[in-house]
Amino acid sequence: MAELTYRDAVARGIAQEMSRDPDVVFLGEDVAKAGGVFKATVGLLEQFGPRRVRDTPISEQAILGAAMGAAMTGLKPIAEIMFSDFLAVCFDYIANEIPKSRYMSNGQVKCPLVIRTGNGAGSRFGAQHSQSVENWAMMIPGLKVVAPSTPHDVIGLMAAAVRDPDPVIFFEHKSLYAAKGEVPDGEIVERLGTAKIVRPGKDATVLALALMVPRALAAAETLAATHGIDVEVIDVRSLVPLDLATILGSVARTHHLFTVEENPRLCGWGAELASIAADEAFYDLDGPVVRITTPHIPLPAADNLEDLALPNAPRIVDKIRRSLNA
Amino acid sequence: MVKRDINQDQGDSASALYRVRRGTRRQTPFAERNIRVTGRAQLKSVTPRNDELTEAKRLELYRLQVEIRDCEQRAYDLFLQGLVKGTSHLSLGQEAVAAGFAGAMEKGDLSFCTYRGHAHTLARGVPMEKVLGELMQRDNGLMRGKGGSMHLTSVDHGVMGSYAIIGAHLPIACGAAWRAQYKGQKDVSVCFFGDGTTNIGAFHEALNFAVVWKLPVIFVCENNLYMEYTPIGEVTAVQHPAADRASAYGLDRIIIDGNDADEVFRTARVAFDKARAGDGPSLIECMTYRHSGHSRADPAKYRPAGELDEWLKRDPIRLYRSRLLAAGVNEAAVKAIEQESKRKVDAATEACKAAPASPAKILTTDVYADGGWAWRN
Repeated sequence: MAELTYRDAVARGIAQEMSRDPDVVFLGEDVAKAGGVFKATVGLLEQFGPRRVRDTPISEQAILGAAMGAAMTGLKPIAEIMFSDFLAVCFDYIANEIPKSRYMSNGQVKCPLVIRTGNGAGSRFGAQHSQSVENWAMMIPGLKVVAPSTPHDVIGLMAAAVRDPDPVIFFEHKSLYAAKGEVPDGEIVERLGTAKIVRPGKDATVLALALMVPRALAAAETLAATHGIDVEVIDVRSLVPLDLATILGSVARTHHLFTVEENPRLCGWGAELASIAADEAFYDLDGPVVRITTPHIPLPAADNLEDLALPNAPRIVDKIRRSLNA
Repeated sequence: MVKRDINQDQGDSASALYRVRRGTRRQTPFAERNIRVTGRAQLKSVTPRNDELTEAKRLELYRLQVEIRDCEQRAYDLFLQGLVKGTSHLSLGQEAVAAGFAGAMEKGDLSFCTYRGHAHTLARGVPMEKVLGELMQRDNGLMRGKGGSMHLTSVDHGVMGSYAIIGAHLPIACGAAWRAQYKGQKDVSVCFFGDGTTNIGAFHEALNFAVVWKLPVIFVCENNLYMEYTPIGEVTAVQHPAADRASAYGLDRIIIDGNDADEVFRTARVAFDKARAGDGPSLIECMTYRHSGHSRADPAKYRPAGELDEWLKRDPIRLYRSRLLAAGVNEAAVKAIEQESKRKVDAATEACKAAPASPAKILTTDVYADGGWAWRN
């Protein structure tokens, strides 16, 4: 057991899989010699060499296209798109090519690859380097989508993503890279499609993802200490596949559902959860489903404005307290 | 503007549109075979004689062209009858490119096509029934109707897909070539695309990437003079949309007569040898012309009067047939190919007409690797 940063967990997770399988290769902009702009891939070039860890030009379409072609023909590529905002530059591969090839070919073409990308706000980078775009990926049939919140899950979900036979979009949160967590020694492998109850509670279910998980947990402590409200916090972890057994099971016990989302409001991932809850958990609910989200705006650069935009613990506390009339 | 004066019919050995000049500044595999061109294209060919091709290979190239022609013509007829649904993009007139490259491929080489991909799919040996069945969206189609005419794929034949987003498959072909390079495998990835593709970003990303990584990939531009309806010369900064960009990526400027299957074959062979030797990618611009419209029943009224007639004089199949006979090939062998092709396309048509529609149960199969579409538990 050792304490590891989320950043170092990325490199360890990739290294774990590259050590296991020689077909795993890694490509992206500045990922090899420079160790990544977030220093999340430091040491991989030295450990695995320039054949397997490759710097690319600033060509996001070439990166994802090459990853796809390699995956179709027998490799297991991990491709980095530096900032998740840049998925828009190569969205054809995300939306049209990678996820549809198996279906369109009636199962002939396989596309086992992982696209890692730095997602989310908190770095004061402004609207084109700060978005949370997990909902962009969630809406596309054929993709799997994960977003870990802890160093442990970075490693375990990376392993699961690399070993999965389907394409996986792996959202790392930029503001979590410095976060630390306990990580056991040895191989760590999680399962895609599994949510994790990170704080049991009886009064309400709070769903959160990535950076919103520590904020929801902080809010839960305040709610318990100050207002006597005992909420259950679930780290959704995997948007596709979605672990509705865990989520709806929790709602059946707590009878209240909240989502804490960093993506902008319209068509955020919580909207789908609210829809599902309305369909399948209506009679379990004792109140409306409440979504706590970033407002429907491009993100500002200024620190005070960016802080205002994202859900934080006080806002989560306030929303839940008011909704529960406590 | 692309030169479209083809009044000088140079006969079957000539590259009637563009001269291939001898003088080159440096020796490359293409230059050594007099394939590389430099400077401004003129009307003279120095294409070497075709003595390396055996009669069997020539008959194979002829058979491929005839079968593609017959199948494409049938697809058009079936479209007009309402039996080919959706859309279709024919390669009528462009058969020599598909035949020449497929004839030069080894088993295991990979083809990446566009929506105008019927010809390349057939050329790799996919049965007509599978292609027409997919165009007719029947259960006997190549992908059981789940892909349609624009996405013909047959991994068993090395046809790694037909891609309907312009330019998308150039980087994908790079990835397949990267796998070959990484694993030390000797197959080459060949990516076919139209002239219009040269103006999209992915074309340029892929060329740079392939050269920097020295990948065993061949980029084949079929310049049929029209992007869709607009003449390519009206929207492109250079005369030759692919070849004139080659120097930006350190590649040879190669323009060949895409209506001459032998010239295509010979050029392809050089590019395959180069790729297999580890010497990286090639970009080849094949000058050709589609006899039909862009898609469906497009009458192609945007083309100047007389242009099609001039190109019909250089119909690749007519030229190739004359060449075979001039070379002393027995006409009976040529006719046998033509008759067998007609028989095949008739049999395929009947089989497709008799085939059932795609079953409802496949609507949700193969979204994910477990065979299904489940996104939740």
